[in-house]
Amino acid sequence: MSGIVAQNLNRQSGLIKAPEAGGGAWTFISKTTASASATLSITSGLDSTYKVYFITYNNIHPETDNTHFTFNGSIDSGSNYNVAKTSTHFAAYADEGDSNTSLGYETGHDLAQGTGVQNLLNEIGNDNDQSASGYLYLYNPASTVFVKHFTSVSQLVNAGDYSRNQFVSGYLNTTSAIDAVQFKQSSGNIDSGDICLYGLTI
Amino acid sequence: MSGIITQNALGNSGLVKAVEAAGGTWVEIKSLTASSDATLSFVDGTDDVVLDSTYPIYVFKFINCHPSADSNQFRVNFSDDGGSSYAVTKTSTVWRAFHSEGGTSGFGYVTSNDLAQGTGVQILASSLGADADHTTQGDLYLYSPSSTTFVKHFQSRTTTTSSDDQIMDFHIAGYCNTTSAVNAAQFSMTSGEIDAGKIKLFGLKDS
Repeated sequence: MSGIVAQNLNRQSGLIKAPEAGGGAWTFISKTTASASATLSITSGLDSTYKVYFITYNNIHPETDNTHFTFNGSIDSGSNYNVAKTSTHFAAYADEGDSNTSLGYETGHDLAQGTGVQNLLNEIGNDNDQSASGYLYLYNPASTVFVKHFTSVSQLVNAGDYSRNQFVSGYLNTTSAIDAVQFKQSSGNIDSGDICLYGLTI
Repeated sequence: MSGIITQNALGNSGLVKAVEAAGGTWVEIKSLTASSDATLSFVDGTDDVVLDSTYPIYVFKFINCHPSADSNQFRVNFSDDGGSSYAVTKTSTVWRAFHSEGGTSGFGYVTSNDLAQGTGVQILASSLGADADHTTQGDLYLYSPSSTTFVKHFQSRTTTTSSDDQIMDFHIAGYCNTTSAVNAAQFSMTSGEIDAGKIKLFGLKDS
């Protein structure tokens, strides 16, 4: 067999195949929508299929004012969410009144081998128009050799009408495969918002 | 077995792949190429631009943006009236790291570039150089612009060769403080024009 079609089989380039915007090939895997939800969990689709996973959280709106949007990982398909994590956490913020700005490390929100939740979005307001959005990269969760790194960048309106831009990075300190992640508020429900999972082929 | 379709059945690449390429997870919506333009605008419903509820997240990519004038600022503003005016209220944060070719470095919040309920432009990069080899690159995420419930969050990171030969790494984030749908975005320089470069708009699928 020869010719254009045969030569192009199983290749990532050719006459028609075009690159995607983010570089590499992105695949939408799942979408989870909150509706007064205590937790939002992703328990399928996280495996060795992709080396990098990209999770978006969009317009997360908490039931309870001034609460944090958090995540944790599981190594037992979601039976438990308590993987040890070490992380960094810093943020820039500014208020609508132009009276207070800051850029700095936030020691109260990082983890040092903690098995509890990792804060991603702090102090979200629950006014009707307030919400939080951002994304989280999870690297090679199925590895049984290495720890599992994650990075996130988020943006929110906090309870005091501040714009907060948060940066969280760390690793799930386990050589077991991470096969599920869970998101929840530090108090109360996630009233609304979407979480989408994507895989990135590199 | 014969024929193009048969040979390519069940293939994940090749001729059949063309369908996904035209509508992959990241969908290219519009690409604008600057040519001494005072502004580059993306208006929903105009010139094939989509900036509505079709996608939950939009990303603008800045590629080789070059100003006509030295010591410039690359900026954005948003519209809720189809581009008739660009004056949406915004509150934002800006911080940056820099390092010069001579070895001087710095890091910190930039109070002069943020907005506190400002309706003017949001600075995405400062001190742009106009040397022939100087550019600004980066991206801007815009979340759910068509929401009529929530404010509209945005996040940007740009990297710039400055007028005094520094690398400038800017991080900008904030929200358009409106519950009206944002349906247009406009990019400009503080002085002069966007001499060259491309701005591309992509939408991220959620199904």
